[in-house]
Amino acid sequence: MTKRVLMKGNEVIAEAAVRAGCRHYFGYPITPQTEIMHYMARRMPEVSGTILQAESEVAAINMVYGAAAAGARVMTTSSSPGISLKQEGFSYIAGAELPAVVVNIVRTGPGLGGILPAQGDYFQATKGGGHGDYRNIVLAPASIQELYELTVEAFNLADKYRNLVMILGDGTLGQMMEPVAFRDEESIETVAKDWAVSGRQGRKEHNEITSIYINPDIMEALNNKLQAKYREIEKNEVRVEVLQCEDAEIVITAFGIASRICRNVIRQARAEGIKVGMIRPITLWPFPSKTISAVASIESVSSFLTVELNAGQMVEDVRLAVNGSKPVEFYGRMGGNLPSQKEILEKIRTMAGK
Amino acid sequence: MEKVFSRTEGLLDKPMHYCPGCTHGIIHRLIAEAMCELDILEETIGVSPVGCTYNNYEYFACDMVQASHGRAPAVGTGIKRVHPERMVFTYQGDGDLAAIGTAEIVHAAARGEKISTFFVNNAIYGMTSGQMAPTTLIGQKTTTSPFGRDPQVQGYPINVSEMIATLEGAVYVERVSVSSFKDIKNAAKAIRKAFRVQQAGLGFSMVEILSTCPTNWGIDPVGAIEWLEENMKKKYPLGVFRGKDLEV
Repeated sequence: MTKRVLMKGNEVIAEAAVRAGCRHYFGYPITPQTEIMHYMARRMPEVSGTILQAESEVAAINMVYGAAAAGARVMTTSSSPGISLKQEGFSYIAGAELPAVVVNIVRTGPGLGGILPAQGDYFQATKGGGHGDYRNIVLAPASIQELYELTVEAFNLADKYRNLVMILGDGTLGQMMEPVAFRDEESIETVAKDWAVSGRQGRKEHNEITSIYINPDIMEALNNKLQAKYREIEKNEVRVEVLQCEDAEIVITAFGIASRICRNVIRQARAEGIKVGMIRPITLWPFPSKTISAVASIESVSSFLTVELNAGQMVEDVRLAVNGSKPVEFYGRMGGNLPSQKEILEKIRTMAGK
Repeated sequence: MEKVFSRTEGLLDKPMHYCPGCTHGIIHRLIAEAMCELDILEETIGVSPVGCTYNNYEYFACDMVQASHGRAPAVGTGIKRVHPERMVFTYQGDGDLAAIGTAEIVHAAARGEKISTFFVNNAIYGMTSGQMAPTTLIGQKTTTSPFGRDPQVQGYPINVSEMIATLEGAVYVERVSVSSFKDIKNAAKAIRKAFRVQQAGLGFSMVEILSTCPTNWGIDPVGAIEWLEENMKKKYPLGVFRGKDLEV
């Protein structure tokens, strides 16, 4: 490890991408993530990479589609309204099975919303957003160091599964500064991309990248192949942090920046004699349902509390995992407001009957 | 017996799905022949649009990518930026390029993106069954302008080549037709030139090709050629709008 440096979340994403071998970046300005593009504009020329400011989010994701089809490690980044515009592209990327990395530094909605942090894009990120049966791998970092680790990981996962990988951050993570330690060298897992278009160059058959199959049997076969891949990802790639659940009465579930706030709440609650633990999903898809289900079966656990910066989205997946065996409560703030430790602690006291 | 005429190596041995009298087949052949003549078949990556030619990736022998509706120039940009030494072309119809994809074509041209666009203008949406296109002529009847295109209601047709030619990054823009033997020969020349402009790294090149759609115009193939000659050529005059003196 090299020495730690103090950096802004958005800049760490850009630096991590370059270190992971990303040499093509296409984007469109939108707050609160534009520093990624600013950083890329200076950094990419140093590594002979491409940074292109597209005419729209729609164009940017289609440039990503083209570059991914051509075999490159490629990324686009945006924030909520811009991510909505990219959904059609995500669906095509899924259909054509192209590896790509997308970052969503979530702001508030609906509509133009506001530029402050939120987690209101959980449904859109994990349940689809675009048309058709497809899944994106969704990674939810909770610190600047993890933003670095997961951005590098995103490129490896994208190539491994020929799948879109989304980093779901929020305005706080993008804007805040924390120390980060970069490795001297990244372990880039290179995958042969013999399916990519590069000009035939002596290849006997031409390569085709497409997502349209008019024949229903062929279309169904593609869907079955995708579903088999998604089951494989569910089997292999779940990442979750479990904190002090062995003896917990109340288990918090929270991801990203909400989990950072809850981490402190655990300490305070335990000091008051309320045993609180936490499950922090790091992959939002595949969702750590099995871990949640196993914790729900611990005898001491009496209830769950899901904390999010939205009206209650991940809580639906928690409830499915708990499957009625324990009550699952929710606490959330919206509009760009963060829940305070005091508010969450108050909720926990009420749940504990104190 | 001596073989005097054969399929070009630029096209795969597959029957095409186009309607009788449709000129897409001719245009495909011209592009394929140009790739062979310039010896770039193995250097080229084509981008298919959404529309009647959505699956022409099944016909061209070069590497091919299918794009979403209107986004072929953005997809082509992504490919070209990864493989700047390769040749990239987009094949797009008037709905794809001049309606839903207006932003992408304008900005690819403005950036001087080193790709070639073959823009097929038949004044109608073919695949979705004959709706009005941005290029539909005034008075022309379509399934969504059944009483004829009325400029007070549906506005005016767009002269795409003239518009693109105003952009500095577009170094070669020509409108051709495939409605006569002479026009076809000229179209072949223009397609070759577009590729050569790209090869020389000069900037964006586009060839607009006037084309027929007998099925959706409701005219027999011979009548469709005549309709193109009499009506389309008036609104869409053939000629070079940019790069006339360009030597490549």
